[in-house]
Amino acid sequence: MRNGIITIMKKELARFFGDKRMVFSILMPGILIYVMYSFMGTAMGDAFGVDEDYTPSIRSVGMPASVEALLDGAALPVEETADTAGAKAAVTAQELDLLLVFPEDFEQAVEAYTAASGQAAPNIEIYYNSASTNSTFVYRSVTALLDAYEAQMVNKFDVNAGGEGYDLATAEDTAGSFFAMMMPLLLMIFLYSGCAAVAPESIAGEKERGTIATMLITPIRRSDVALGKILALALIAMISAASSTVGTVLALPKMMGGVTDEVSADIYGVQDYLLLAGVIFSTVLVLVTVISVLSALAKTIKEAQTYVMPVMLVVMGLGIVGMFGGGASQELAKYCIPLYNSVQCMIGVFSFSVLPLGVAATIGVNVAVTLIGVFILARMFNSEKIIFAK
Amino acid sequence: MREILQVQGLTKTFRLSAKQQKLERTKEKVRVAVDNLSFSAYEGEIFGLLGPNGAGKTTTLRLLATLIRPDSGDALVDGISVVRQPDQVRSRIGFLTSELKLEECFTPNYLFDFFADLHKVDPEVRDRRKKMLFERFGIDRFAEVKVANLSTGMKQKVSLVVSIVHDPDIIIFDEPTNGLDVLTAKVVTDFLQELRGEGKTIIVSTHIFSLIEKLCDRVGVIISGRMIVCDTLERVCGGMSLEDRFFEIYKETAGEAE
Repeated sequence: MRNGIITIMKKELARFFGDKRMVFSILMPGILIYVMYSFMGTAMGDAFGVDEDYTPSIRSVGMPASVEALLDGAALPVEETADTAGAKAAVTAQELDLLLVFPEDFEQAVEAYTAASGQAAPNIEIYYNSASTNSTFVYRSVTALLDAYEAQMVNKFDVNAGGEGYDLATAEDTAGSFFAMMMPLLLMIFLYSGCAAVAPESIAGEKERGTIATMLITPIRRSDVALGKILALALIAMISAASSTVGTVLALPKMMGGVTDEVSADIYGVQDYLLLAGVIFSTVLVLVTVISVLSALAKTIKEAQTYVMPVMLVVMGLGIVGMFGGGASQELAKYCIPLYNSVQCMIGVFSFSVLPLGVAATIGVNVAVTLIGVFILARMFNSEKIIFAK
Repeated sequence: MREILQVQGLTKTFRLSAKQQKLERTKEKVRVAVDNLSFSAYEGEIFGLLGPNGAGKTTTLRLLATLIRPDSGDALVDGISVVRQPDQVRSRIGFLTSELKLEECFTPNYLFDFFADLHKVDPEVRDRRKKMLFERFGIDRFAEVKVANLSTGMKQKVSLVVSIVHDPDIIIFDEPTNGLDVLTAKVVTDFLQELRGEGKTIIVSTHIFSLIEKLCDRVGVIISGRMIVCDTLERVCGGMSLEDRFFEIYKETAGEAE
């Protein structure tokens, strides 16, 4: 690399790492994401769960012995009552979890009923309160028990009795499809945020502070300034994105609660991570370049932040499209569209269906776009209209 | 004496925005900032560009410093064209104006090294020059203080020192004493005279008569982008004070224009 590029890179990195606030603002998102996602996961678990030693309060009208035995077996004690209206009011007031009202002679009616008769089946009415977590929980438990009881009475055939060992998806596939859905969008947003946090500051900020002209009256090549800045900014943006990504990957299992025990990032091998790193770095180059060029048009940091807003919309849009795209594209041509290609490669890597030629095309196209951007930025640095815009 | 700077028919126009047109109540879309300007500066002299605000002094200096490009005409710095080889011109000149700022988060020490690198100055030469210049301007005590925390005068001194890291033969100085207290201003003017003693050429722009009288060997009077008079200070003044002579010239020119 030419000395000029290294000089500019060193200066950009020194400026960044010399400023504690900047370092803090870059590393903060990762920590915040971890704390927030973990908190959200725990809070959601709490909100929809019920204490293990909770004793539900259930009243019934006309409870048959068979059902009472069933509920007793599931530690759901029932108290018989005659006051239907009073019990309903208690449910509304969240003092009572459930009220079961059985038709008269429930057991005989069930015994006598045949579906072929065309008549309505005997109906159990269960009153509950959806605003109360406990009531909802007890309602679900009782309904499930009664459903199972009904199925047992008229059992003709079973599906997947026992329930275990029928899902032939490997743990890898499950986790893979989960990551392939979540991570491209998140990664793209993190990468964009990293770039948007540093590039306007460095390009439009230098214009605003009048420091870029000081640099431009030295014999350094404009392309060296452009490339040096872009490389340094890309490095910083990568650190920021890495912080956010680590935070997310650590917090995801907590966020998903017990549902996704199998979701762990260690299903991916070194090769997957290398491919991903290549895709990510080339994506950051494209993003930093685009944001830098837009920032160079602006006179102030604020103006630059307005100019780069559409880029964020594009990035988020592509990420969301990727979420519902149904796997990585196998058409090579699609890997020639910058940013879209990044999302496709990420999906491919995460879902173990990566198109190696696609990754190569992506990196090639992204590097080419960056070089074109460097050329444009260098021309812009040479333009008095842009550097001395008033 | 060798002509180290030759300015030949330099012309620069700016487009006026609709807003500016309204503000200045004019219908003209183009403002001529520098109008077919020609002059020369010789090796080892201090050349002063004198003119009122808006006369085109700063634009002229920016053109010489290759920050902007002329519409037509050219300037040769040590025989090198500012239009065709701006890169080479940049390594031969030192340019200082209050518009060029230093990044406030860095120390004078860091900035000196950074600009020395941009100018490809040998590290050994750089360290020697740094020691000499920092001592000369009393920056050595503040070498590790961030620019943001320096006084205005000290900032200006650091800017001056940084602009000549590469020991240029031509130093272009826009309003060298603007905004400086008398002590700092004296340090700067003394230094400019010292540089002249070393055989450097210095171009300054100013609207302060006393500064020209004190410093300059030759002076060019610019009014409305045109060079009205350009000669040695004595010949321009013709026995009058520069101030009286300037107003006489200004009257003649303004009368001509009307």
